[in-house]
Amino acid sequence: MNALARSFSRIAAIARKEFRHLSRDRLTGGMVAGVPLMMTILFGYAINQDVRHLRAGVADLSGTQAARLLVQDAQATQVIDVVYSARSVEALERQLVEGRISVGIVIPADFERRALDGTRTRAQLLVDGGDPIVLAAARGLTSLAAGDRNAAGARPAARAPVFELRAYHNPERRSPVHIVPGLCGVILTLTLVLFTAVAIVRERERGNLELLITTPVQTPELMVGKIAPYVLIGYAQVTLILLLGRFVFGVPIQGNLLGLYAGTGVFVAAALTLGLLISTLAQTQFQAFQMAFVTFLPQVLLSGFMFPFDGMPWPARWLAEVFPLTHFLRIVRGIVLRGATLGELSRDVWPLALFFTLAISIAILRFRKRLD
Amino acid sequence: MSGDAIAIRTRGLTRRFGELVAVDHVDLAVPRAAIYGFLGPNGSGKSTTIRMLCGLLVPSEGEAEVLGLHMPRDAEKLRRKLGYMTQAFSLYEDLSVRENLEFLGEIYSLGAAQRRARIAELLDEFALEARAEQRAGTLSGGQKQRLALAAATLHEPELLFLDEPTSAVDPQSRRDFWESLFRLVERGTTILVSTHYMDEAERCHGLAILDRGRIVADGAPECLMRDINASVVEIEGRDLRAARDVLARLAEVQSVAQLGQRLHALVDRSVAEPAGRLAHALESARVDAQVALARASLEDVFVAATRKQPADPAGAPDVRA
Repeated sequence: MNALARSFSRIAAIARKEFRHLSRDRLTGGMVAGVPLMMTILFGYAINQDVRHLRAGVADLSGTQAARLLVQDAQATQVIDVVYSARSVEALERQLVEGRISVGIVIPADFERRALDGTRTRAQLLVDGGDPIVLAAARGLTSLAAGDRNAAGARPAARAPVFELRAYHNPERRSPVHIVPGLCGVILTLTLVLFTAVAIVRERERGNLELLITTPVQTPELMVGKIAPYVLIGYAQVTLILLLGRFVFGVPIQGNLLGLYAGTGVFVAAALTLGLLISTLAQTQFQAFQMAFVTFLPQVLLSGFMFPFDGMPWPARWLAEVFPLTHFLRIVRGIVLRGATLGELSRDVWPLALFFTLAISIAILRFRKRLD
Repeated sequence: MSGDAIAIRTRGLTRRFGELVAVDHVDLAVPRAAIYGFLGPNGSGKSTTIRMLCGLLVPSEGEAEVLGLHMPRDAEKLRRKLGYMTQAFSLYEDLSVRENLEFLGEIYSLGAAQRRARIAELLDEFALEARAEQRAGTLSGGQKQRLALAAATLHEPELLFLDEPTSAVDPQSRRDFWESLFRLVERGTTILVSTHYMDEAERCHGLAILDRGRIVADGAPECLMRDINASVVEIEGRDLRAARDVLARLAEVQSVAQLGQRLHALVDRSVAEPAGRLAHALESARVDAQVALARASLEDVFVAATRKQPADPAGAPDVRA
């Protein structure tokens, strides 16, 4: 009995001590309330399975009033936002490959004749099949009850769907084809950011830094030297994932491998400098882990890896545009699934380069070869 | 390089951390090719001063000139001429002895051949050859300390800062270590070493005693012992605790400290017959003891120098003889 009481009092002593540690570590204390608050609000608003406002392009080859009404009706569903108008089907397909639109509407020259016929589909929906959620949303459009207002009187009993759906880039609709390229980015983010997040704090904690900063080593040399080995590790990881994807999951690589590796290099550098930046902000390795974790969840949830980017409200999309992962997902999916070239994806390459430049500059400026 | 005979010169060097004044208007003139010691208890400002001198901390006030370079402005220019042995072991524990030295050799831009030769030389000098491929983390305290000194002298610096280098090693290692320091000085290196060991302080060519951020005495150890501003009286007897209580109450006694089986009392110089005065006091208190004048030790100097500030139990000197 007495032994039990003593045991309880020791447990209480340890618990009290833990609370004291927590209350003195401001970052951890802040995370207790901050993480649930921030993440719940952010993801509560941002994550939306019911996808709307997919970016769409229209190639209207008929040029008729009826075709314009059809597009209007499609837009009225809020599933798509028409952001681009093409002169030809090829131009529309190009937009799809480059990832500028997720849905293309092709209205054929004989649109009005097809409308009168009623047994044939009137137009085509070209969809980026790389994303199953986008595909499902687009499928909802095929049964659009549009086009009936010009035939208000007689409504044929049997009517074909308005749109014929053509899924590009993943005609068999296999999940790995969508998931594996994205995994490249997610896995690299999770591993690389952590590698460098602890890189400098670890030396600080172990006392190595005090010696290192009294040597002639320059801050940029230190930073670049810290990153360099992990670039190679990043390449090894990407290669491994792509090989697994190719030979285990049957994910073909449509585009140019060299372009993919070049894009990967820029992304890896950006992800590593994000870690480096964390390393200059954190005081301990534990804090570095916490900070890295806080950047993981939004990256994984908002980057478009799990939920389509188009479905999110604009503040979440702006935030996501900052993360390296968002841009890399577009690059890797563009090249692997749609066979895009790196040049066509340049609008996702330069943000990565910019992120790298800014983050490493801030890290270098924040780091002082001093102890105060 | 300046032909100045002074390696380090400071004027009014001060460093504050918030309210705390860690280093308080320190004036130094450290000659070249000599060992200069900082003697003081923990928290007396030894490490903070060293860190300001090598550019790791920016002074709040005052000036520091190291090898003719203005600190912290010219900190980068000093790096190549400076070796620094930190208080805590700061080499990489998961690298081998050789890998650690090779790494630093590359950081200091030694050529491959020069690096190889220098590392072989150091492994031999510091008796680390047998340990060359061993990971630094598995070395003993004395071996780690030798490795740290080897690393700090790898690029043959003109100036060496050693921050309590012997605080974690056995007496034999300490003696060997000091032999190495004298060899370095013979080759022209200037060494600034901080310590809280009296015997080490006594080996220095010059010495500054620090207390609560201030230099309370400085000079060659022999001079400091000769010129001590108190008479040293040695008391032997059976009941030293009683003797101590009696003496501590006397106004002219600055301090009483126990050294093994004896007491050392520091008595104001103004007392003409210090031994007789204390003997009389003990006798009238019926404490049986032998009293005699003694030569001042460095510890006496230290006690005399650090007691000038009002006594404060928290600031009791943490000094090991």
